Amino acid sequence: MSTLVDEVVTKSETASVKYTAKDFQTDQDVRWCPGCGDYSILAQVQRIIPDFNFPREKTVFVSGIGCSSRFPYYMETYGVHGIHGRATTIASGLKMTRPELQVWVVTGDGDGLSIGGNHLIHLIRRNLDINILLFNNQIYGLTKGQYSPTSEFGKVTKSTPQGSIDNPFNPVTLALGSSGTFVARTMDRDPKHMQTVIKRGVQHRGTSFIEIYQNCNVFNDGAFFHFTEKESKDENSVILEHGKPLIFGKAKDKGVRLDGFTPKVVSLTDGKYSANDLLIHNENDSTLAFILGNMSYNPELPRPFGIFLDTAEHCYEDEMQKQIDLAIQKKGKGNLEKLLNGGDTWFIN
Amino acid sequence: MEKIEKKLKEVTIRFAGDSGDGMQITGTQFTNTTAMMGNDLSTFPDYPAEIRAPQGTLFGVSGFQIHFGSAEINTPGDNCDVLVAMNAAALKVNLRGLIPGGAIIANTDGFNDKNLKLAKYATNPLKDDSLSSYKVYQTDITKLTTLALLDMNLSNKIVERTKNFFALGMMYWMYNRSIDQSIKWVQNKFKSKPEIVEANIRVLKAGWNFAETTEIFTVKYTVEPASLPKGKYRNITGNSATAIGLVAAAEKANLNLFLGTYPITPASDILHELSMYKEFNVRTFQAEDEIAAITSTIGASFGGSLAVTTTSGPGIALKTEAIGLAVMVELPLIIINVQRGGPSTGLPTKTEQADLLQAVYGRNGEAPVPVVAASTPGDCFYTVFEAARIALKYMTPVFCLTDGYLANGSEPWVIPDANSLPDISTKFRKDPNNYLPYLRNAETLAREWAIPGTPGLEHRIGGLEKEDKTGNINYEPENHEKMVHLRAEKIERIANDIPLAKPEGDASGDLLVLGWGGTYGAIRTAVSTHRKNGMSVSHLHLRHLNPFPKNLGEVLYNFKKILIPEINLGQLSKLIRAKYLVPALSYNKVQGLPFTARELEIKIESILSGDLK
Repeated sequence: MSTLVDEVVTKSETASVKYTAKDFQTDQDVRWCPGCGDYSILAQVQRIIPDFNFPREKTVFVSGIGCSSRFPYYMETYGVHGIHGRATTIASGLKMTRPELQVWVVTGDGDGLSIGGNHLIHLIRRNLDINILLFNNQIYGLTKGQYSPTSEFGKVTKSTPQGSIDNPFNPVTLALGSSGTFVARTMDRDPKHMQTVIKRGVQHRGTSFIEIYQNCNVFNDGAFFHFTEKESKDENSVILEHGKPLIFGKAKDKGVRLDGFTPKVVSLTDGKYSANDLLIHNENDSTLAFILGNMSYNPELPRPFGIFLDTAEHCYEDEMQKQIDLAIQKKGKGNLEKLLNGGDTWFIN
Repeated sequence: MEKIEKKLKEVTIRFAGDSGDGMQITGTQFTNTTAMMGNDLSTFPDYPAEIRAPQGTLFGVSGFQIHFGSAEINTPGDNCDVLVAMNAAALKVNLRGLIPGGAIIANTDGFNDKNLKLAKYATNPLKDDSLSSYKVYQTDITKLTTLALLDMNLSNKIVERTKNFFALGMMYWMYNRSIDQSIKWVQNKFKSKPEIVEANIRVLKAGWNFAETTEIFTVKYTVEPASLPKGKYRNITGNSATAIGLVAAAEKANLNLFLGTYPITPASDILHELSMYKEFNVRTFQAEDEIAAITSTIGASFGGSLAVTTTSGPGIALKTEAIGLAVMVELPLIIINVQRGGPSTGLPTKTEQADLLQAVYGRNGEAPVPVVAASTPGDCFYTVFEAARIALKYMTPVFCLTDGYLANGSEPWVIPDANSLPDISTKFRKDPNNYLPYLRNAETLAREWAIPGTPGLEHRIGGLEKEDKTGNINYEPENHEKMVHLRAEKIERIANDIPLAKPEGDASGDLLVLGWGGTYGAIRTAVSTHRKNGMSVSHLHLRHLNPFPKNLGEVLYNFKKILIPEINLGQLSKLIRAKYLVPALSYNKVQGLPFTARELEIKIESILSGDLK
């Protein structure tokens, strides 16, 4: 840190006061549509963030453009509302230069996977200690209803009256393919699950990538109802828990079993299989994470939610600091006089 | 045999060969030795965009020109007096730059049938009469190099790679230079490869000895040291001056330097150099693209670093939206454009000044950005320092324009005293009472810099229009108009804080030659030639292009005519005509090459003689 930065910033890692959710609310009117899934995400983040007991002034929310990207305006922390797709890079520059800050990126399926897709994969592979919340509503909301890179094939929207003809991204496998070290999925309608997953993401050292299914009740209402509504969610989704078998169904009567590398649904009531035959989740197994990630768009299989992967890898900002420390150790602290006088010199008298 | 010694006031040598022949190294070595001998000098590396173009081809020719002397040298020389041609293609491409009666030192081995065919020569120019108006010195450099290394059992590849040092040795002899500096360089460069060190030193000495003994060379030249201003000197390229200028600015501002960049010719050397200065807490980030490069600097600037991005024209095109964001959030940022030939990919290794309007205007909305431009390689240091000063004091992104010619060219540079550099220290806001993100300094209109980590100053900034003072999102018509004016006014006020324009020569007269950027040396040479002949002509060179110096209008009105030479189709001319309503004359060249002093002399002459009619 430069002397000048040192003069103003808090050194402590612990907050001097006990925060409540209210301490993280701003005086700005929240401008999302009534009924938007974003409200729930904002509420969960404000609810869990005091638990970290981390100085509010050292917390920064960075966003790009889109409905989700208004998020920083509603968080009483430092914040940058950037340009479309570039929250990840703004956050990277900040984290590289101020590694002691807790940096969050709030993005959406358009901002993060379309215009900002390139930066997202590069942030994930560099593994800076940044928390990414990707609000996935499978539609462009702020531009009023065009299909997005996560919209299903054949999606009829304003810009695709005959149906979209691109295949969607699976954010989870994209993050895994980018060498992600923490990859998870949760949903706006399950506050408890979201809180748990986000907390784990913050605790993870390295990039945590969290896909959050978020309902856009104006342009894509019900996109995730299969997985989020009481009547259907138990049959269509499975919650991943470390060390536990993949069991689902209202009556907990179904499980996922690995047949070779292929996950298959089996009944736990017909006597053929028991819980012991099922796939046991291991958050630290990257091969398994891919198998689970690929379950997503298979209609025969339940959709997995939870933490797909949590592994340890070196962080970019730590390596950057190490190189600086090493240079200072080898050459001594930089001396401007010496630098200016570097190379071959001569005098003219 | 008896050799004659002659004194020269100045001389221009051009080394030319295949892009793999090591001509840039040869030229740089000759330059460093010459600089240390106290000559004034200016250099011009001229190389193809291809790294190793097919051998012997015309498009694969790489050249390095050095102009040095005992008098003031401002340009790399319009034409060369001596051409070292390592092969037929090098001769063909560069012959038009050689003065009538000039010397050609030809490597005869580079003129075999294959070379001649690739260079599109019907007959061997060394054997027909086509070069009769030049002094031709034929030497089989390849063979002599091979002989010098015969007992070392080196591969052909290594032998081939050392032949440039034979040519260097000959030129050192011919111009009375010591070979010691180059020996030191080789020893240092190839520390871990003693064979290579020995081979290069042997060949260098062989070249020198050959020139000394052979009857081909009869004259040896002396170029006495120049009477440069007193001081301690080093030779410096524009990119190197830019890199250390940035480190100096960060030190003087008491901030950490952050460079977010993406490799691009001809700017990459700034990244290479800064990546070696980590002991200054310099962080360099090679991003995934130009957009990530600049947006990472916005993040770093938000965090309290002196943030810089370096690129060339195509990179600026990609960074444009982010520059608008930096204007809106009013954070300090230095954007360095090492200009090259455009549009699009254009001429990556050639120079041009065609990004001025892009710098001044190239954004959506009313998005004013200060622009400064360097005029010589050494001036890049002071210009980038000035860019940092403006950025920090006015909380704004600042464009710093250099170009390929300045970036790779070099000159002797008086080393500044670190303590005498201006203090550009800034302050972060600390007091949490009554803080509003867009409260402004009454004089500069700059908002305060409040960085994360400071208790009580939590705030949000972004690209949406701000409410005056609070910085809250605001779309009201009156507020928007007010903010547009405030942002414009802030940049205009910088004019109160920069030196007044002062022409070299008289303050009034028949003609003012107005320039900016890398044309400085050529204009200075041409104008001083005419002034010596009693012509009424002055030279004004602008460092500040947005805003202009406050008195620029008055200066212009004191001359009957104004000539603006530019390596573009008249971009400064447009700005000057629009702002000051003067009928400035444009003189334009867009060949990827700098002006020669002679071109400008002729133009000035024609204008002044027209005036007399």
